[in-house]
Amino acid sequence: MRHETRGFRIFRRTTLTLLTAFVCAPLFVMASTAVKPLNQVQGEFRWIPTEPTLAPFVDMWTTVPLARYFANSIVVAGLATVLSVAVAVLAAYAISRWRFRGREAFKVTILSTQMFPGILFLLPLFLLFVMVDRYTGLSLVGSRLGLIITYLTFSLPFSIWMLVGYFETIPRELDDAAKVDGVGPVRMLYSILLPAARPAVVAVSIFSFMVAWGEVLFASVLTTEQTRTVAVGLQAYASEANVYWNQVMAASLAVSAPIVIAFLVLQRHIASGMTAGAVK
Amino acid sequence: MTISSGARAGAGDETRRRHRKNGDKALIGKDVRNDENPKNSTGLRTRRRRWTPYVFLLPALVLELVVHFGPMVSGLTMSAMKLTQYQLAHWWQAPFAGADNYKAVLDFDQPVGASLLNSFLVTLGFTVVVLAASWSMGLAAAVSLQRTRRGVGLLRTLFLIPYALPAFAAVITWRFLLQRDNGMLNHILVDQLGVLDDNAFFLIGSNSFWSQCVVAIWRLWPFAFLMIMAGLQSVPDEVYEASSLDGAGPWRQLREITLPMLAPVNQVLLLVMFLWTFKEFETPYVLFGGSTPEQARLLSVEIYQNSFVTWNFGLGSAMSVLLLLFLLLVTGIYLAVTRRRASLHEA
Repeated sequence: MRHETRGFRIFRRTTLTLLTAFVCAPLFVMASTAVKPLNQVQGEFRWIPTEPTLAPFVDMWTTVPLARYFANSIVVAGLATVLSVAVAVLAAYAISRWRFRGREAFKVTILSTQMFPGILFLLPLFLLFVMVDRYTGLSLVGSRLGLIITYLTFSLPFSIWMLVGYFETIPRELDDAAKVDGVGPVRMLYSILLPAARPAVVAVSIFSFMVAWGEVLFASVLTTEQTRTVAVGLQAYASEANVYWNQVMAASLAVSAPIVIAFLVLQRHIASGMTAGAVK
Repeated sequence: MTISSGARAGAGDETRRRHRKNGDKALIGKDVRNDENPKNSTGLRTRRRRWTPYVFLLPALVLELVVHFGPMVSGLTMSAMKLTQYQLAHWWQAPFAGADNYKAVLDFDQPVGASLLNSFLVTLGFTVVVLAASWSMGLAAAVSLQRTRRGVGLLRTLFLIPYALPAFAAVITWRFLLQRDNGMLNHILVDQLGVLDDNAFFLIGSNSFWSQCVVAIWRLWPFAFLMIMAGLQSVPDEVYEASSLDGAGPWRQLREITLPMLAPVNQVLLLVMFLWTFKEFETPYVLFGGSTPEQARLLSVEIYQNSFVTWNFGLGSAMSVLLLLFLLLVTGIYLAVTRRRASLHEA
């Protein structure tokens, strides 16, 4: 048992109380505003709604085309996640199970892309997409496809690093036994490694989905009104002359709750992958 | 790799690492052409082995090339072109501008350069404030929870929510809290505490800088907390118990055990947070809704304005390249300094 001085106890309690208040205040306001009628968000601020109502959750769908934004986000984030995890699994498999020329260079390259600010390649990427559009007719600007391709690379570095870390913990005796049985590299991956690495694959998927779901910068440039995602679409409420803050909060809550819950349920997996990746 | 051995010296990791090393050796052996193992020495099998990993890597490699490195190189080219919205459809035919764009953005007496310099300084201040606060809060929370017995899991989960919340949802909520007439902050400061006489503007003027800092800290500090928590888990309890027997109090333990043991984690953490904060875009974009006040205009917003609002692609690219060079320079110096300090420590 460690002994604790009085000064430290005061410090500890103060810290935890203040931080809890700091974290909770916006979350509380988000939740309470989402159940307020409009006249209670336009006047003076109040903590507790006197006439709680679920109307904002109904009205939010009609003020802006939220359903369309929502559908776009699901398609974009969903496909980007599936593709990104698939690509990451293959790359991580190669890095963890083979020693080949360029292996270290590849690892460093992948990590370094994490460092470059998005704004650096947003503009050239935009123009590259314009060029592709012009010469092949493949529409990448303003389409969901362009966004999917872009997003799936965003989560690749983290996913690859985390999966490599996890693959390393799977004993190679399993591989060797399978190899003796004449199992080829592809079957080895999906019948031996993938089942064993399921927790890591789930964590990586959640992370990829979060990245694609919340991205604002590229979505603001690469989408049109038709393909807009929620990340940018929510702005539309705020740019109306009369801001329906109760609906904004209701919509924010609705589009983030599933993600936050998934993250919190899997927090240990994701956290260990993240910290391991960062300290390596 | 040197970092990981310091930060995660848990017993489990030790065996895992040993395991990995053996695995490496086994694999290297198999990849050598003239393996002693007769089973693997047929030419066909060896050759197949050699290209197999590249096939698996190919998708990742192609995507990185297309989305990251290709655009990076063409960005470099564009920074030397006179590129405006008129050449958008065939930008590769834009006239060559040489160093003109760089001259323009670095001429601090002209509006473009002056604005860039301003946003550079704002970004620098923003980064220092956000980094210092986030790190301190993360450390304070982690150290406090280390000595808390009840409700640790609950608080840990609660503290992670801002990190899990999508950026746009978090920032738009803050935008509401910071409204002048119907926001929470003015309600607390004016009506409940009476600190201010009249409602203040938080989203325009000089307050906007601090508003932006607070929002960014709210979103970033859980990450510091998470990393520091993980780092603390690698410090064995016995170390604290032993020093406790020697009469060391919590403060001395923090100074003499916790902080030195956290050094490897901090080295990475600070760099990662620096890179993230310096390129921050979501916070100003959502908080100010496109019209960022001068006092809070970060570099990424400045580049965005030049590129996609006034459509001056050449200038935008030149600024981007300068930003990249600055980040590379800082990262290089940082790594060189921290590595040297780490190796001096070990020696």
